[in-house]
Amino acid sequence: MAKMNLLQAINNALITVMTEDERVMVFGEDVGHFGGVFRATSHLQEKFGKGRCFNTPLTEQGIIGFANGLAAQGSVPVAEIQFGDYIFPAFDQIVNETAKFRYRSGGQFSCGTLTIRTPYGGGISGGHYHSQSPEAFFAHCPGLRIVVPRNPYQAKGLLLASIRDDNPVLFMEPKRLYRASVCDVPEDDYELPLGKADIVQEGKDITLVGWGAQIEILQKAAERALEDGINCEIIDLRSIAPWDAETVAGSVMKTGRLLINHEAPLTGGFASEIAATIQDKCFLYLEAPVARVCGLDTPYPLSHEKEYMPDELKTYESIVKTMHY
Amino acid sequence: MQDRNHLASVKTTHQVKIIENGLIDIPMLQILQPDGSLHAQADTPDIAKETATRMLDVMQYIRILDERMVGAQRQGRISFYLASTGEEAAAVASAAALSENDMIMSQYREQGALAWRGYRTEQFMNQMFSNEKDPNKGRQMPIHYGDKALNFMTISSPLGTQIPQASGYAYGQKMAGKEAITICYFGEGAASEGDFHAGLNMAAVLHCPVIFFCRNNGYAISTPAEEQFAGDGIASRGIGYGVKTIRVDGNDPLAIYAATRRAREIALSDSCPVLIEAMTYRLAAHSTSDDPSGYRSKNEEEKWRLKDPILRLSKWLENKGWLDIDAFEKQKSQTREQVLAALKEAEKVPVNPIDDLVTDVLDHVPWHLKDQLQSLKQHIAKYPDNYPKTAGRIK
Repeated sequence: MAKMNLLQAINNALITVMTEDERVMVFGEDVGHFGGVFRATSHLQEKFGKGRCFNTPLTEQGIIGFANGLAAQGSVPVAEIQFGDYIFPAFDQIVNETAKFRYRSGGQFSCGTLTIRTPYGGGISGGHYHSQSPEAFFAHCPGLRIVVPRNPYQAKGLLLASIRDDNPVLFMEPKRLYRASVCDVPEDDYELPLGKADIVQEGKDITLVGWGAQIEILQKAAERALEDGINCEIIDLRSIAPWDAETVAGSVMKTGRLLINHEAPLTGGFASEIAATIQDKCFLYLEAPVARVCGLDTPYPLSHEKEYMPDELKTYESIVKTMHY
Repeated sequence: MQDRNHLASVKTTHQVKIIENGLIDIPMLQILQPDGSLHAQADTPDIAKETATRMLDVMQYIRILDERMVGAQRQGRISFYLASTGEEAAAVASAAALSENDMIMSQYREQGALAWRGYRTEQFMNQMFSNEKDPNKGRQMPIHYGDKALNFMTISSPLGTQIPQASGYAYGQKMAGKEAITICYFGEGAASEGDFHAGLNMAAVLHCPVIFFCRNNGYAISTPAEEQFAGDGIASRGIGYGVKTIRVDGNDPLAIYAATRRAREIALSDSCPVLIEAMTYRLAAHSTSDDPSGYRSKNEEEKWRLKDPILRLSKWLENKGWLDIDAFEKQKSQTREQVLAALKEAEKVPVNPIDDLVTDVLDHVPWHLKDQLQSLKQHIAKYPDNYPKTAGRIK
């Protein structure tokens, strides 16, 4: 075990997998010598050479198109998009190519070895273009896995599983936790399961579902609610696609109440999908409507960032309201 | 219908010959030498005294503003800054060659062009402090300026998106019969984005009066130009797209001014795009989030300090008898004081009321945003201490 922050855990996972498998290649803007603007790829070029860890020209559509070709050829690309906000020039390559390679060729070809790493999320005074949470755009596209870690331990285990999994994975890293989140991480190899949610805290009154950096918000809100005698169960979804409806439904059948929290705007956010599925699976168990505590339906703001965020207080208020419905 | 022949201009050869090197040598226009003297063969600069001295003033103004704001960021007073040190000539001298009716679509290192248009210190500050006097309503990170009155399009962070937009804007200007063009600034890194290729090709095919102004400053954050492209800079691509092209010394204000003036005349009279590649160097870090010591040497930077565009122009002006050194020095200290005073002032101005969170999403506030705003206001009113920037002004 070693104390690592989220960036160090990612770096450690990349070293682990690059050491074990020569087909793994890491690339993107500034990831080479410099080690990435957040330093997630520090020293990889020194250790594994320029052929396996390199800078690309500044073109996201090029990075993912190139990665799709590499994956189809049988290599194992780990492509970095510097900010999730800048993934959209690659939308076509991801949605129409990465996600459909296997299906359209009847399984002859695939981009299954591809992992796309990208930082996402707000809380860093980044305004529209350094704060967005675009998971729902990709969750709407069949053919992709979407994975989000909540801390360094989760990040290493989930990233190793993502790189080794034979499906393309969009691995979204909560950047506000990059240096802020520190915990014990095994130096040895380990994987955490994809498509499986994690019950972070057991409780009996209400189920709180989130992912990434919002898990700590849910924990704080749950602590506050506990002072009122409300006992929250907290679930980290970890995988947004495919997601673990079974674990969430099982929890809701126990608690009878569900609250979902995400930073992305309310409308069309992934909370909507969870709410629809849970009302289908748990209709007769629900004691209150499913609550969603999300970003507002505006572009991500700057001077009103604090007001925009689905924070601890808004979550707490919504827990109380749901309990007293 | 007329028959077409897309081979009409293709010559035939009978030997297998792969073209390995560029066929065209693209020289760099240089009028001033680094010591401020004119190159012997250079045309005499056609520039008014008033224009040349104002260019120097604005460049010096931006140098000071950049220094002060990098300092302010380090003190934690603003969240972010992005300096243009060493590249001031590229933005200022090109903007000086334009008409005020021309639209400027910049990337994010062209504060000099905005200052040339007359953007005042307090306006810079209001944007950087995201306060309610910022016309963009405090919605973007520092340095994302925009001012409709000055024909300066609001900046967006994603790289290269403004390039095809500039083609479209220019086409609209032409169709509306305006005596105006669009200038579009970007860096050599952004020129790798797909939007660059789309934008240049469309401007050429659709005859758009637009100047594409590339600041080739050698680095895209840490990525050096040799890892960005393998061809002859950005200029060679203009030729490939059928765009009239010139390469200039980006630290030579007179060369930039002359090239941009000529480009503007051509863009307007021939209704076509022109590409200018200005060869310069990003002496500053990419931004305050960056530290160049990890990827380049001090020695390399020092070589470029000797090519300082401000020094170069001031020497030329001095030799010509157009520079009042005492007044220039006095103005420097006045600018420093003025910047500091405006900074202190802008810090005190509150952010926009919370109602502005939901305006401008559409041209009206739809029902669901009204609902969301209403609940948010009730929430803030219940917990005023937790939302100090907006709680005091909830109606």
